[in-house]
Amino acid sequence: MDLNLTEDQETIREVFAAFFDGETGPERARAAEPIGFDTAAWDRLLETGAPAMGVPEAAGGGGASLADLAVVAAEAGARIAPLPLVDHAVAARLLADLGDPSACDDGILAGTTIVGLAVRPAVDGVARVVPSGAVAHRVVALDGDRLVLDRPESAGAPDGPGAGHLPNHGCLPLAHRDLAGAEVLATGPDAVAAHARAVDEWRTLTAATLVGIARTSVDLGVAYVMEREQFGRPVGSFQAVQHLLADLPGLVDGAHLLAAKAAWAGDRASAGIDGVLDVDHNDVTDFPALAAMALVAAGEAATIASDRSLHVHGGYGFSEEYDVQLYYRRARALAYVLDDPARECRRLARMLPAPGAGRGAA
Amino acid sequence: MDFSLGERAEAFRDEVRAFLDEHLTTDVVERMHATGTFNDKDFNGAMAEAGLLAGAVPGYGDRDPIELYVLFNELEKAGAPYDGLAVTMLVAGVVNAVGTDVLREAVLPRLLSGRSNCCLGYSEPDHGSDVAAITTRAVRDGDEWVVDGQKMWTTMAHEAEWVILLTRTDPDVPKHKGLTMFLVPMDTPGIEVQPVPTMASERTNATFYDGVRVHDRWRLGEVDGGWAVMGVALAFERGVMGGTNPAVPLLRHVRSWAAEAPSPDGGTMADDPLLLERTARTAMANQVSQLLTLRAAWIAATGGLPGLEGSMAKLYATERYQQAVGWFQQMAGAEGLLSFGVDGAAADGWIDYDGRHSPVTTIYGGTTEINRNNVAERHLGLPRAR
Repeated sequence: MDLNLTEDQETIREVFAAFFDGETGPERARAAEPIGFDTAAWDRLLETGAPAMGVPEAAGGGGASLADLAVVAAEAGARIAPLPLVDHAVAARLLADLGDPSACDDGILAGTTIVGLAVRPAVDGVARVVPSGAVAHRVVALDGDRLVLDRPESAGAPDGPGAGHLPNHGCLPLAHRDLAGAEVLATGPDAVAAHARAVDEWRTLTAATLVGIARTSVDLGVAYVMEREQFGRPVGSFQAVQHLLADLPGLVDGAHLLAAKAAWAGDRASAGIDGVLDVDHNDVTDFPALAAMALVAAGEAATIASDRSLHVHGGYGFSEEYDVQLYYRRARALAYVLDDPARECRRLARMLPAPGAGRGAA
Repeated sequence: MDFSLGERAEAFRDEVRAFLDEHLTTDVVERMHATGTFNDKDFNGAMAEAGLLAGAVPGYGDRDPIELYVLFNELEKAGAPYDGLAVTMLVAGVVNAVGTDVLREAVLPRLLSGRSNCCLGYSEPDHGSDVAAITTRAVRDGDEWVVDGQKMWTTMAHEAEWVILLTRTDPDVPKHKGLTMFLVPMDTPGIEVQPVPTMASERTNATFYDGVRVHDRWRLGEVDGGWAVMGVALAFERGVMGGTNPAVPLLRHVRSWAAEAPSPDGGTMADDPLLLERTARTAMANQVSQLLTLRAAWIAATGGLPGLEGSMAKLYATERYQQAVGWFQQMAGAEGLLSFGVDGAAADGWIDYDGRHSPVTTIYGGTTEINRNNVAERHLGLPRAR
């Protein structure tokens, strides 16, 4: 057991914290609205090699683990970086995993070609509300039992960043992608499994992003209640206000630990180590189950933290001028863009072995 | 990060599980709920004989806080009687840390046999969360102290050999500075125990001290240094000695029930969409509670003092437990109201039991409000509100 980041991860965390501090943040996120993409920041990010960081070395990438990527995602989330980093990382790993070296090409490795992931299966040949659909040059999608790649030259692809953008709650680069003419990468159960694995990685890294959003939401709320005075003293000195905020660190840290555990389980699954799924004894190391739990827990942490933080800002929290509303809207957008968390929970419950299948106990 | 327990702790966990498979019989569980005393001397004694206790005493044995967590987490998940064991381990740790050699020799072997117990004499009828304000007096008389007062919530006092007793020895100084701790034999003349029945199956007690003469050799720590001894006890406890996974047996019982219980909507309750959702949410909260507790244990194991992390784990775990109990109690309907031993009771009466037990979990061992104060003041840096 070791709950510290590795030395390498600590370095990664520091480097990306500094990068996102310099190149992103609330002001840049505001400027990137409504599309939710900062071209200049993405160009600078390419210089760091981040787009290929999670691709295996054999495929020309940096060989970073899912746990490493989660560290980066949390730092990006903390500064609501308007960059399709998670989608690109997950889709690039999926393409690299297919075994065809041409699928994850130099443009994708460099990040000059942005690749996104349609996290929900296509309906009637259209991938609807794709998280990075308005900025991705290519999108990997599941259409029936076919894993397909929507490329710029195929019908329905956007003409450039922002094309087809669907104005939305979180100012994410959402767009529908018509898959007519998309290239078929794989078919059958392997295709479905590859997509499911990629979506579990997306769940894990989006959970990490949401943890970052939650953490900054708490910080914004605490800073505001220390500065704002009413009745002659800081509103943060009132116990009613304190107790709204005091529930949050455990909620956020719990979601952080769960997202980190999901990433750890994902890396173990990649290494061929089987996980356990025994909720009757609270023994869970199964990656798909932990990925689902992490997304639900982090979505809840981010929505509750941003809600309470906005509330303790009083009317100012509702105004566009204050940053907390940026976090509030992105928390909900990222928590719900895959699915209703309740349905995600029912999907998880259906994964569970029948009661009594685990170790025996009263 | 590495979320595996490690070879040593896993081997210990397997030993504990093997012990529970053999010794945690239906009789033990039924006796615990029938008597209301979550302490079973035969069970504890068998644990000691199996070599599971002494090593895990904080600061005394060769097992680290992660293994201490493993021990209590396995007991809690299995639904074993562990309240007495928790106090035993805690007091053994305190006696070892601050007791004299004489006291260590007199007490430790008996505590570590599993067959002698201790109870906690901190709270009083008028002083609960504000425990430093207690008024039970200890007045020096030569080599002895004379104790007068009353303690509340002294669970297991009726079968304990000792009470770890927080007393006021100097009423004329600020409240934290005039306290002294003793380990008082319960057979000392002048101690009276009165049962306090609760709405759940567990029984607790009020204890009365009338001119109780305690030799100075039973003192723990310095005269007027009782608050520091409390600190030692809290540091050992660190939220890792059970209490943060009560919803694990609840979920197990509910899942077994739902798989068989017919739903008025057709099929079984296990097909009910809301039950599916709540099952998953409870499983998720159980994982988070485990991780928050493990973090506290890990901080302790690596030389830190995880007081705040323990507060966060308790806040999260107990509120989620109560939420889950409320959900499942509603969903079990009329049959969920039926108690242990009643024909047709949902989950064999466990839902009624958890419904009765869960309210106390956000009260004892530090209320939700005290824990929120801790987090607000010491973690978030907000001004002291009291």
